Amino acid sequence: MASPAKTPPTSRLTPAKAEAAEALLSTPRPAGEAAWAQEVRAAAEARLRAMGAPARRDEYWKYVDPAPLLAGAEADVAGGAFDAVDGPAAHVGGAAPALEGVEASTLGAALSADLGWARALFGVLELAGQEKVARPLAALSTARAAHGFALRAVGKAPAPLRIVNAAGFARHLVRVESGAELTLLETGAATNTLFEIDLAPGATLHHIRVQEGARPAAAAQVFARLGEGAALRSFTLAADGALTRNETVADLAGDDASAHIGGAVLAKGATTIDSTVFVTHSGLRGESRQVFKNVVDEGARAVFQGKIFVRPEAQKTDGYQISQSILLSERAEFLAKPELEIYADDVKCSHGSTTGAMDPEALFYLRARGVPEREAVSLLVAAFVDEAVAEIEDEALADLVRARVAAWMAAR
Amino acid sequence: MLNIDNLHVKLEDEGAPILKGLSLDVPAGEVHAVMGPNGSGKSTLSYVLSGRDGYEVTAGSAQMDGEDLLAMEAEERAAHGLFLAFQYPVEIPGVSNMIFLRTALNAQRKARGEPELNAAEFLKLVRAEGQKLRIDADMLKRAVNVGFSGGEKKRNEILQMAVLQPRFCILDETDSGLDVDAMKLVASGVNALRSPDRGFLVITHYQRLLDHIQPDVVHILHDGRIIKTGGPDLALKVENEGYEGLIEAAA
Ligand SMILES: Nc1ncnc2c1ncn2[C@@H]1O[C@H](COP(=O)(O)OP(=O)(O)OP(=O)(O)O)[C@@H](O)[C@H]1O
Ligand SMILES: [Mg+2]
Repeated sequence: MASPAKTPPTSRLTPAKAEAAEALLSTPRPAGEAAWAQEVRAAAEARLRAMGAPARRDEYWKYVDPAPLLAGAEADVAGGAFDAVDGPAAHVGGAAPALEGVEASTLGAALSADLGWARALFGVLELAGQEKVARPLAALSTARAAHGFALRAVGKAPAPLRIVNAAGFARHLVRVESGAELTLLETGAATNTLFEIDLAPGATLHHIRVQEGARPAAAAQVFARLGEGAALRSFTLAADGALTRNETVADLAGDDASAHIGGAVLAKGATTIDSTVFVTHSGLRGESRQVFKNVVDEGARAVFQGKIFVRPEAQKTDGYQISQSILLSERAEFLAKPELEIYADDVKCSHGSTTGAMDPEALFYLRARGVPEREAVSLLVAAFVDEAVAEIEDEALADLVRARVAAWMAAR
Repeated sequence: MLNIDNLHVKLEDEGAPILKGLSLDVPAGEVHAVMGPNGSGKSTLSYVLSGRDGYEVTAGSAQMDGEDLLAMEAEERAAHGLFLAFQYPVEIPGVSNMIFLRTALNAQRKARGEPELNAAEFLKLVRAEGQKLRIDADMLKRAVNVGFSGGEKKRNEILQMAVLQPRFCILDETDSGLDVDAMKLVASGVNALRSPDRGFLVITHYQRLLDHIQPDVVHILHDGRIIKTGGPDLALKVENEGYEGLIEAAA
């Protein structure tokens, strides 16, 4: 594992990057935390100083200018997508939720106590995720985020748990114990959101996230480690917003782990939505899927950077990645950078990416049957996006996401 | 019912005309067949009538019940009761046949100010029509035309026609790719719709379909124009002698 101050090869520290990092750290460290937490914070500060703030010239920020993410604009965004779901809601900044099978506390409480599992997690997966690529905004979260939740699932939770982010930082620690299963539904927007997710052998986590409505630039990061036979089911619906950078970093550490990372992107107007995924296969027979569907309209840009990294020992890996886009306007852009880096010889990995306008033949076929153009476009877009939405295993939750897609199309 | 007068059509982005003064009238209650060599403009005619983008009408007119078809959007023409059974039915991944048909039917009904069908009423209607064409529940659930065989696609066109109950139907080579039994199913689907207030334009290369769907009039289309119009025996003549004699006589 990299030492805290080691700089990954992809970032070169310039005076401007160093200065910007200093500015990000100008606010004080959260007060009153345990000594161990303060040590983790200090190490993250050093890490951030060593790599500097992200800049447009960094390879990892080739398609997206990170500047708005450093400005720290704040706004609360209502996140009502899952209001109809029966289950407790936890508002970042508020009290910890109560749900059977889940030990929950606020991040502040977890970092003030000597909670063994939280101590084994906080900053640890973020640090591990810095190995191949510099992720300064993640180090910033470890250095400064004061709000969020620490959730430990010890059984099969009887209902989904809703997390509603608020302006500023949102930092969540999630540990799902062996055989336990938890569904997290995430809405609202923070400037910098970060989940560290640790899945014990045989654990399952469903993480379904809806980012919608007008909102300032935001970075949302997920660092997940999957133990033997663990399953991560992650889905994100990202719609509009000034700039959204979603980074998902998953390590299939144990044998027979399975990670499905799905995303639907709906972008229109002065909007950039970036889905960046880095899946590492470390264990045997790991299975991973990345399925991203982008609908890009007038003036907007969608970006997909997806990587499958297979370590030499990860034989029998089955890795799949697809990113597709429909451009609804000539002034719409989709940029894709699919990458495979494979060091094992007995693996099955594939990736694909397509982009283009809506199929004019399909559109005419629908219209020739009497479906008005607007409705026909909505139907075709819904069908396109549904290949990603179908990654959500719970039909009722998938339907809630479909409803948000339909609402976006209707408002278009 | 359908009145096409001196229609001239070219592709929007190309200079050469495809239809060069085509005139044709189909009164209500009649079935007219259109035959003609490959590339003579039959599908172009069907697309221009149904409102596909990419064509430019440089002269002439096309009316249905006295209304200017060419001024309407494709969906308006459909709501008006115009239906095209495509020569090459389109595949729509991710949209089930049921959703497709129900959306289409209710959009048309809405445009005409008629009440929409609820799920149960619709299901009953589609099941009944599907049964006649040997299209089972499984096929109805599948995505529109995706993975359908050539013949299944053609039967699916006729199912759509049966459910939508259009007043004027254009069938563009619905018989090609059909086996003998499927051809009979399709023909009986068409014949079931024949009525004094409906009209049909049946585009075909073969007399065989016309054995099952007896036309009132047969037109021969060549190089963008109707060069001959006659009775059902004209189709037999084409079957036996080909187009050459007819083209020479018209020249
Ligand atoms: N989109 C297009 N681009 C270029 N040429 C076209 C296009 N559409 C039609 N044409 C040309 O116009 C002519 C008429 O084509 P059309 O498809 O109407 O013929 P058809 O009578 O239906 O032939 P077939 O019996 O083979 O179905 C052909 O020469 C064809 O190549
Ligand atoms: Mg044709």
